Parts: sequence; C-alpha cells; structure tokens
Amino acid sequence: MTLAVRDLAVRFGGVTALEAVTFDVRPGSITSVIGPNGAGKTTAFNVITGYLRPAGGRITYEGVPLTGLRPSAIARRGIVRTFQRTSVFPALSVEDNVLTGLHLRGTAGFLEVLAGRRRLAAEESGLVMDAAAILEFVGLAHRRREMARALPYGEQRLVELAIALAARPRVLLLDEPGAGMTGAEKAVVSGLIRKIREQGVTVLLVEHDMRMVMGISDTVIALNGGRVIAEGAPAAIQAHPDVIRAYLGAPRGPA
Amino acid sequence: MAELLQHLVNGLVLGGTYALLGIGLTLIFGLMNVVNFAHGEFYTLGAYVAFAALAWAGVDFFVALLMAIAAGAALGWLCEVTLLRPLRGESIDTTMLVMIGVWIAMQNGELLVWGGVAKSIPHPFPTAPLVLGPVAIAPLRIFVLVLAAALIAASWLLIQKTKLGRAMRATFQDRDTAALMGVGIGRIHAATFAFGSGLAAAAGALLGPVFLVYPSMGDLASLKAFSVVILGGLGNLPGATLGGLLLGIVEELGAGYISSGYRDAVGFVIIILVLLFRPSGLFARQERIA
Amino acid sequence: MTRAGGWLLAAAALTLPLWLSSAYHLHVAIMAGIFGVLALSLNLLLGFTGQLSLGHAAFFGIGAYTSALLTLKGAWSFWAALAAAVALAGAAGWLVGRLSLKLRGAYFVLVTISFAGVISLVSVNWIELTNGPLGLPGVPAPELFGWSLRSKTAYYYLVLAAIALSYLVCARLVKSRIGRAFVALRENEPLAESVGVDVTHYLVLAAVVSAGMAGLGGSLYAHYTRFVSPEVFLFTYTVTMVVMVVAGGKGTLAGPLVGAVLFTVLPEALRAAASWQWQMLAYGVLLVLLVFFLPRGIVPAVQALRGRDAS
Repeated sequence: MTLAVRDLAVRFGGVTALEAVTFDVRPGSITSVIGPNGAGKTTAFNVITGYLRPAGGRITYEGVPLTGLRPSAIARRGIVRTFQRTSVFPALSVEDNVLTGLHLRGTAGFLEVLAGRRRLAAEESGLVMDAAAILEFVGLAHRRREMARALPYGEQRLVELAIALAARPRVLLLDEPGAGMTGAEKAVVSGLIRKIREQGVTVLLVEHDMRMVMGISDTVIALNGGRVIAEGAPAAIQAHPDVIRAYLGAPRGPA
Repeated sequence: MAELLQHLVNGLVLGGTYALLGIGLTLIFGLMNVVNFAHGEFYTLGAYVAFAALAWAGVDFFVALLMAIAAGAALGWLCEVTLLRPLRGESIDTTMLVMIGVWIAMQNGELLVWGGVAKSIPHPFPTAPLVLGPVAIAPLRIFVLVLAAALIAASWLLIQKTKLGRAMRATFQDRDTAALMGVGIGRIHAATFAFGSGLAAAAGALLGPVFLVYPSMGDLASLKAFSVVILGGLGNLPGATLGGLLLGIVEELGAGYISSGYRDAVGFVIIILVLLFRPSGLFARQERIA
Repeated sequence: MTRAGGWLLAAAALTLPLWLSSAYHLHVAIMAGIFGVLALSLNLLLGFTGQLSLGHAAFFGIGAYTSALLTLKGAWSFWAALAAAVALAGAAGWLVGRLSLKLRGAYFVLVTISFAGVISLVSVNWIELTNGPLGLPGVPAPELFGWSLRSKTAYYYLVLAAIALSYLVCARLVKSRIGRAFVALRENEPLAESVGVDVTHYLVLAAVVSAGMAGLGGSLYAHYTRFVSPEVFLFTYTVTMVVMVVAGGKGTLAGPLVGAVLFTVLPEALRAAASWQWQMLAYGVLLVLLVFFLPRGIVPAVQALRGRDAS
C-alpha cells in the first residue's frame, strides 16, 4: 500500500525542476513535503498524479507503476489530489460540486441512462446522501445549495477538500491546504486531516506553514533545488542543518 | 518539367497573398489571442474597395490598393476599439462568438451593398502573358507577386525595426511591464488589429483582379489564413510567410496534378493534420515574435 | 416551468395542426421542429461540454445524404435509412471527437470547420455518389404501416416525435452522472480529471450523440423537402443553429427549443418585410449584442427574472 517514488527527474527545457527524488509514503501516515519556493514540491505532485511527464524515474503504488498514466486513471487507482490555487466547479452548487467528485462511485453507463432504468434513480439518491455526509464531515452542510464561486475563500478550499474526499482516495495529496487561511481555519483543516487519516487514508501534503506541518505530520520530506535534502520525523527535520540552510541561507563567513 | 515550373510560379503568386493573410492573422490570433473568424471578411472588403475604386472612381491601381488597405485598417481599428476592448478580460470563447457575429454581419452587408453576382475588377495590365523560358505569367500576377513581397518585407521591417513594432512585441510578451514602461496598451492592441486587417485587405485587393470578387470569398480566405497560422506557429512571422507560400504551392500542385475540384481541401487537410500531429506548427522551433 | 405549464405545452403541441390555419403555418412548425432537433444536438456540445462545433452542418448533411441515398438508390425503408443516417452521422462525430482529443477552444472549432469543409467538397465533387451540385431530387416520403406520411400533418407528428425523443435523450443524459461529467469538463477540466472523469471518453461521447442527433435532423429534412444537395452544407445552417442555441440559452434544456422556434418563426414572419440577407445581417449583429448584453441567453434571463437559479 506504499506510494513509492524512485529517482524522479523533471526537466523543463534547460531547467531541472526535480532530480533523483526518491522517497516512500508509508500507508496510513501523514507525510509533509516542505521546501522553499521553487523547490519542486508542486512539480512532484503533478508528476505523481499524472499531470506532468517525468524525464526519468518511476512512481509505483502497491507495486503497480503509475508513470505514464493519465490523471483520471491514477484517480481510479485511489490517488486523488487538490490544487494549489482554488479549484472548484465555479458555476455549480456546492452539492453538485461534491456529486461531481463522486463520479467514480457511480456506475451509470450511457445506455442505462438513456433507458432510464429505475436502479439509476436509487443510485442517484444514494449519491446525494453520500454527498450530504461528506459536506457534513467538512462542515459545509449549511452551504449545500449555494454556488461554489459565491463562497468565501476558506470555505471554497473546504469544498475542494470535499470534492477530493468524494473520489474515495486511498492516498490524498493536498497541495498547500492551509494557503491563505486564518489560524482558526488552519486548525479546522488540520483536524480534518487527522480525521481523514483515522479513516485509513494516507495523506501527503505540501505546506509552507511550519506549525501546521510539525503539528500533524508523521514524516517530513524536505526538498530544495529539486532534490531531497532530508527525510524524517518533524523534530529531526526542524533541527537539520541542511534544512535550516535551505530556508535561511548559508551562515556568513568572516567579514 | 515546364508544367511543374508553371505550377510553382502560380503557387508563389497565390502563396504570397496567403502569406499576407497569414501574417495578419498570426498577429491577431497568435499575439492578441483573438479568434478572428472575420479575418476573411477584411480580405473581401479589400477586394470590394479596390473594385469600387477602379470600376467606379477609375483611380490608379496603386491608389486603389492603398485605399483598400486603409479601409481594412480603419474598420479593423474600429472593431478592436468598440467590440474587443470592452471584452478584453473575457474568455477566448466570448471574443470568438463576437467575431463570428462580425463575420456574418460583414458578409451579408457586402451581399446587400454589392449583390451576389461575382464582379470582375478591371486592371491596367496587358493580358498577354510574359513568357520567361518555359513559364508563362501574366503581368498582373507579376505585379501581385512583387507587391505581396514588398508588403511582406514591410511587415517584417515594421515588427523588427520600428518603435511601434518593438512596442507591439513588448506588449504581447509581457503586458504589465510594457504598461509600466509607458506603452499605451490600448493603442497597441488597436494598431495590431488594424495592421492585421489592413494586410488582409491588401491580399483581397491583390487577388481580386486575378479571380472574381463575390461576398462569400472570405470564408475560404479565413480558413486558409488559419491554416497558414497553424502551420507556421502562432505569432511566428517567418513561419506565416513560409506557411503561406507552402500552402499556395501545394494548392497549385494539387489542383494541377490531382484534382482541381478539391484544391480548397488542401487548407482543411493541413489544419487537421497539423493539429493532429504537430500542434505547435512546422516551424515552431524558430523564434517567435513574442 | 411548472407541471401544469408543461402539460399545457404538450397539449398545445399535440393539437397544433388542429388550430393552425394554413399549410404554410404547418410548414413553419415542421421547420422549427427540425431545427429544434439540430439546436438540441449542438447544445449538447456547446452548452454542456463547452466546445463549439462550427461544422455541425456536416453531421446534418451526412444524415441527409445517407437517408436520401439509401431510400433513393438502395430502396431501403425510411426507418432503416433513418437509423443508418443517425449511425453514420454519429460515426462522423466519433471521428471528429477522436481527431480533436487534445484540442480545445478555437482549435476544436477549426477542426470541425475543416471537417465540414472537406465533406462539403466531397459532396460537390463525388458526382457518381451524390450527383454533385445538381443534388438528389425525389427523395421518397416516409411510410408507416403502408400509410404515406407525405401530408404536412403527418410529417408534423413525425417531427414532434423526433423532438420528444431528442429532448428525452438530452434530459436523461444531462441529469445523470454523464451530464455531470460533461459539465465538469466545461467548468474545470483538470479538476474533473483529478476525480477520475475520463475526459476523452466523455468528450467523444458528447460528440457522437451530438452528431447522431444532427444526423436525425438531416434525415427528417431530406424526407420533408424531398431534395438534397450540397447546399445542406451551407454555413448559413450552422450559423442559424449557433444563434438559436446561444440566444435561447446554451447549457439549458429549453433554450435550444426556444431559440429554434424564435429563429424559424421570426424570419418567416419578417420575410415580407426583409430579405434573408437582411435577416442574416441582423443575426450577425444580434450575436454581437447577445454576447454583450445577454450572454447566457433568453431562458436563463427569464428564469433569473422569476427569481430562480438557472440549471
């Protein structure tokens, strides 16, 4: 049940975004990826979830290779992501947003839909109930009928989370879940992440807020300049000299 | 062999005007990101203005050409300022629909003003073709080729060497920086659209006397322009030039050796094949204008 | 629309021939119906997946020619020919869908136009098959259990049935998981992919259904006018369809039908006052005005006025 990344390399023209990136995401853990801007964190996400083709390396989940698969195929294998900038279906209601996220849970095929089989109606009401449960979980049940784009920023990010959860992930990749949020909102998100892990979902997140990262992570992976520079428990990473240097720069030499 | 050369020469003449159409559209579609389905209508407009100038006002051929270019540029400037500027933040689909509306309105306007019967543009050149070795070419076509080449060269010079051209390149490469440096973004957009439309009108005025002028001639012109732009790569002036010449030559060769009924299919097939296999265009490796 | 309103409309539609005064009016109703089917088909692509097809006349024309040729030269029955027309047009839609897999927006439009252009040239040049510009006259009228459906009243009911079928297909698709996938593609494609929506599959599906439905319209047209020529590929038809969908309200179910009725009845009513060139000119201006002032179309605007969210 491990998500394994081996020797991942990504190059854009002359620029190396990722090089020799290797790490494992242990099942049932909350793993955070940290690093200064441009370190390659979102690039790694994009490759893992199929939005980008790597120049080299392999990604496997439960031993099955993921490299080269389209994002929808990777989602079908249980690996779902959120996006760095708010990504919802703006003109749909919150409920419809989550219903769309429940796409993989539906089974209605083209011919069945045309025939209007009765079992589809039952499936639809089942999905509506599932959507209600998910909205309840993230605390947005009261926003069910509202247009997603009308919601305040923090709630839109919760809609994003709900959509991703609807796709029934076994590994959930969260791209900066705390970005732009108030302290209180971050606490809510952290709590949700813990509850998600309790349900058996492996969580991999990219995040800049160190307090949030150190507060919920089991493992922290530090990237800089497209390479892994450290991997371990939060406390160890916090004290790791390479990590400190990456964020603060090298100490000044004698004048 | 003589036949091949003849087709090549005819193809170059046609291709030169296709290049003009393509350069105009590559600026508008490639740089401004406007899906200008009305591009062919400026081509038609140029032809009709030339017709009116020559048949009704009896002016000199060069003057007629200049009037056509001016008309195209003026109407293009008007379109940009009244229709495109207010929509500038909108999605590309919105401007596409607007330009489709302009397309329909212009074509039917032309139909109403000039009627559906094809018109022939009188020209001052002798009809007897010049014979240069194995190839015969009408003086009119030589004129068209020379003028097309001159306009293409003028366009290159404008974009590469003039202040306006530099401002255009700057605007479409990095708009905010250009604005900070004092470039009037609105004026540049209008100027670019006017320039592209003027080139289309020039193509129409040049080809008008060679063939006939009728209101729906712009439809094919639009599509061939898009074909050239896709072939050469968006925003790529040399690409559009080469693409235009290539399209003209392939069309002539196809019409000569395969079937003349399907000659217009060449442009369509190019669009489909290029978008299918090499969406960035054949010449994409060359430096883009912006 | 309320339940009672719906029943009233259905009753009116079913009894229309009874209270229309002349054959000419019935003719207008039939044409409105055929365009209704076409508008519904275009709306599936434009309104729901968000991709504009400006080559829809190609599918319309393929349907018309297939149906005409099979009944004229192959002595097929109308119903079999109709099915074949839908199938062949659908297959053409599949081809265009697969060709345009990675293409969106303007590039998709260009491929559809190019495809229509090629098909149009084939219909003009492949004279052995299509009789070229002279067209195919004498397309037989449909027969049902030995009764000819030649009369306008009979044909009206045929077209009405076709509209009901098309509307049902659209409604069922749109309100299902498939419809949600379509809309997801339109609203946010990367997000749709991240939750497992197979973009290729749904885009091609939309193209096939949309094209097949247009083929249905083509067959109906062929057996009504009893004459098919390359003029079916005229851009005018595509433009009319686009204006109907955009003005009526893309992305709604009723919008295309409202647009179809409006833009069939209006031109006929104005025919005495203005030639079709003026009307087409007006269409162009109207399209521009719609984009500026009524971007979502008539039906959503009316719904907004009545204080409800448009679906």
